[in-house]
Amino acid sequence: MDVSSGIPIERTIKPYLIGIVLALILTAISFGLVAFEALPRETALIVIAALAVVQILVHLRFFLHIDFKSTPRENLIALAFACVLIFLMVGGSLWIMFDLYHRMMV
Amino acid sequence: MDIFGRLTIDSLPFYSAIAASGAGITVLGALSVMAVITYLGAWRLVLFDWVSSIDHKKIGIMYIMVALIMLMRGFIDAAMMRSQQAIAYNNEGYLPPGHFDQVFSSHGTIMIFFMAMPFLSGLINLIMPQQIGSRDVAFPFMNAISLWLTTAGASLVLISLVIGKFSTAGWTAYPPYSGSEFTPGVGVDYWLWAVLISGIGSTMTGINFLVTIIKCRAPGMTMLRLPLFTWTVFVTSILMVFAFPSLTVAGGMLVLDRTLDMHFFTNGMGGNMMNYINLFWLWGHPEVYILILPAFGVFSEVVAVFSQKRLFGYISLVLATMAIGFLSFTVWLHHFFTMGSSARVNSFFGTMTTIIAVPTGVKVFDWLFTIYRGRIIFKPPMLFTLGFLVTFTIGGLSGVLLALPPVDYLMHNTTFLIAHFHNVIIPGVLFGYIAGYMFWFPKAFGFKLNEKWGTWSFWCWIIGFYLAFMPLYLLGFLGMPRRMEHYEIAAWQPHLIVAAIGAFIIFLGIVCMAVQLIVSIRDRQSALDLTGDPWNGRSLEWATSSPAAPYNFAVLPQVQSVDAWWDMKARGVAYQRPQQYEDITLPKNTFVAAVIGGAGFVFGFAMIWYIWWLAILCLAVIFVSIVVRASDDDSDFVMTAAEVKAIEDERFAQLAKAPKNEMADDPGFAGEPVPEAST
Amino acid sequence: MSATIMTVTPRDAEKYEEKEFGFWLYLMSDAIIFALLFATYLVMVGNAAGGPTGKELFSLERAAAETALLLLSSTTFGVAAVALSQGDRPKVLLWLAITFLLGAGFIFLEIGEFRGMIDQGAGPDRSGFLSSFFTLVGTHGLHVSVGLSWIAVMFGQVVFKGLTAPVASRLMRLGLFWHFLDIIWVVIFSVVYLPGLL
Repeated sequence: MDVSSGIPIERTIKPYLIGIVLALILTAISFGLVAFEALPRETALIVIAALAVVQILVHLRFFLHIDFKSTPRENLIALAFACVLIFLMVGGSLWIMFDLYHRMMV
Repeated sequence: MDIFGRLTIDSLPFYSAIAASGAGITVLGALSVMAVITYLGAWRLVLFDWVSSIDHKKIGIMYIMVALIMLMRGFIDAAMMRSQQAIAYNNEGYLPPGHFDQVFSSHGTIMIFFMAMPFLSGLINLIMPQQIGSRDVAFPFMNAISLWLTTAGASLVLISLVIGKFSTAGWTAYPPYSGSEFTPGVGVDYWLWAVLISGIGSTMTGINFLVTIIKCRAPGMTMLRLPLFTWTVFVTSILMVFAFPSLTVAGGMLVLDRTLDMHFFTNGMGGNMMNYINLFWLWGHPEVYILILPAFGVFSEVVAVFSQKRLFGYISLVLATMAIGFLSFTVWLHHFFTMGSSARVNSFFGTMTTIIAVPTGVKVFDWLFTIYRGRIIFKPPMLFTLGFLVTFTIGGLSGVLLALPPVDYLMHNTTFLIAHFHNVIIPGVLFGYIAGYMFWFPKAFGFKLNEKWGTWSFWCWIIGFYLAFMPLYLLGFLGMPRRMEHYEIAAWQPHLIVAAIGAFIIFLGIVCMAVQLIVSIRDRQSALDLTGDPWNGRSLEWATSSPAAPYNFAVLPQVQSVDAWWDMKARGVAYQRPQQYEDITLPKNTFVAAVIGGAGFVFGFAMIWYIWWLAILCLAVIFVSIVVRASDDDSDFVMTAAEVKAIEDERFAQLAKAPKNEMADDPGFAGEPVPEAST
Repeated sequence: MSATIMTVTPRDAEKYEEKEFGFWLYLMSDAIIFALLFATYLVMVGNAAGGPTGKELFSLERAAAETALLLLSSTTFGVAAVALSQGDRPKVLLWLAITFLLGAGFIFLEIGEFRGMIDQGAGPDRSGFLSSFFTLVGTHGLHVSVGLSWIAVMFGQVVFKGLTAPVASRLMRLGLFWHFLDIIWVVIFSVVYLPGLL
């Protein structure tokens, strides 16, 4: 997205087509893993999680047009900071809550 | 469906004399304000120049007014607790437990959410855009919404004195006590909606300030030339944006539990009560840094100006601020060390808590080194700063003690903890804001505050503080828990009596501030700030007139150095008359933001009392207001170059009558700014 | 058809950049809210209190349909954005309308899903697990609904004001919002529906 004027310069639908094709493939694999019970549960969960991460990147790149060249630096830093915080907050919360569960049956 | 929900005539506080007096004072207070405005014929002014204003300076002043009013309400709560505890040895005192519980709950809620948050939002609003050489914040309309949502929240807390009761669940509202099974009335709901509604305002404020600092700086104002106050605002804003969502989630889930019978935090049915505590403190810890960082920023400004010396260790102060901001997201479990976590979890968070003390220590040393070899001017803002340096350090040390889980196991929920956090909040947060208020008052209103009363206020505050809170450390060691309505241990009473005396002296400090204001208004013609720079300041807010013009700067300053204004004075380019002026675009006044705030207040009230039709109506009003505003492409007006010139000509005329340097007559004056020999 | 929608002054361009960045920061704060709702869900997913679990309640087909609708709607919004950059007003209106219909379809399916669960006694008041499910998925649904009303408002603005610079700026922010919600949905089906059905 060209944010020098906040106005779109996106002139082609190419990124959107690439995006939806990739997203559909990734989604189909995830759903397929469940529909056909192709892998043991733990493995399937990890694969689904990984596919989700990849699909998020696909969305960021092809639908939100985020890249290291045209996206303003402050947007990227905000996104990176949000990711770090989400890791700390969610990771910390899960650690605390499961630790409490093991100790206190809470 | 009952048109009044669960609101009945019994909701009025006629069941107790104390409650009725509280309600009476609130109603009388509101009526007197309206009577005074009517008497002065000032409704046009109040509505069209202030309520509908989206000028950041006016919004800042209104925020501070909310803060000072709520300071008085929160202080009354404190006085009630101190007096109750001083007398309630082996007797019930005068405050029954239910009422006492409401008092300590509202005291904390008011002081944090409706005194400290508006105070910092007000000071930042007033000053930060001027410090970076900007004409306004990035989103003036959203700024006004934040103000009115905060006011809506404060109003909900105030109206709980008149209709219904307030929460008895403390300022933290832990479940399951705060759930509908154990506290079914309206109290916790008042707390929830006041906090959630003002919390939305705070999140928006954080976004606003962040965009302003990142995008609206004057030419040449690089990040590393920002004044320290603006740096602390920057980090504070990051904390606001990223921490308030956690409070929204915690509070929102509790609302769902109470209103829709969900089971997030119920005792049974799959509820997880500790999750509330986890989510609440995920917000709660960054919140206390949101409160203190702007105060640290104020101290950085004051200490440099009143030591007449450049702030020591700029980069270390910036890095320390950023470190504090980041680390504040890594310590939250220290608020619940005792609630069952394993040693590994406790020691991780305990370690992080001890680490976070380090950057604060760096800042204290930087301030000390600024003072060292300076020519100190003992005006009230500096007195509060010096008082802070000594007193806050004690509070910080008690915090480092509590950071050790084994120690915390002994001291948690005793009055030692109460002493600790008041020992950091009062000399830290409150002294900082009072110093900022006195420091920047001339910038806001064009005349200085009376210094004699300011000095007396300081002495009352600091002596009162020590008397009120040092005994609480001892009481903690003697085993006294917090929030006790009465007790049977004789050894505690003398300490509590001393603490009550301390509270009374603090009351005198507040009285001194009120007298200071009245006297200053009365004597304002003899204390005018004619140049806009009453303290021989260092940063750009002192370059504007006092009060500043609506556009702040007729011509945006060209910044070449840190301490930009001092540098301009030293180079001889201060107060330069521009060759020509240009048209300036400014936002028009609008009532829509106040309407949204008002609808927010009524929405909260309706949700509390289960008046569903009214709640839906308010949501519709808010939705329509937003759509109307979002479809308005004509929300600015142009102040022509001629109009700007007229305002500026008047300013230069005033400058001609003013002394060159308003501090030149001060006995401690160290001299005019001169160009620095080296950077 | 000329693309002269917007001749933006440098000052206006700055203003739109600020709005876009401010909205981006709002999305970051929203991401935190969703992250914490996810964390809560993970903590409470096993708390069915003797009631129905995800395995009994979720439907892979319905989740797939909802996913398809939302994903498609992101693409159709993209087509509208391209049309905007070309100054093609009718095309913008058409693709906004299609996006709206796809989003409305998503909401329709979701309401059906919630209704069905509540009718079986598996409403949000049944257990902690269900409270966290309804709140997480419901908050996303609420955001989508707000997005739908935003699309409707923008439709009206394009009709009555045309493709002016302010309108375009608002459409771009709406686009950020809409794509963000699709990202959240990816996490929802990956954390809630698929693991629940495994």
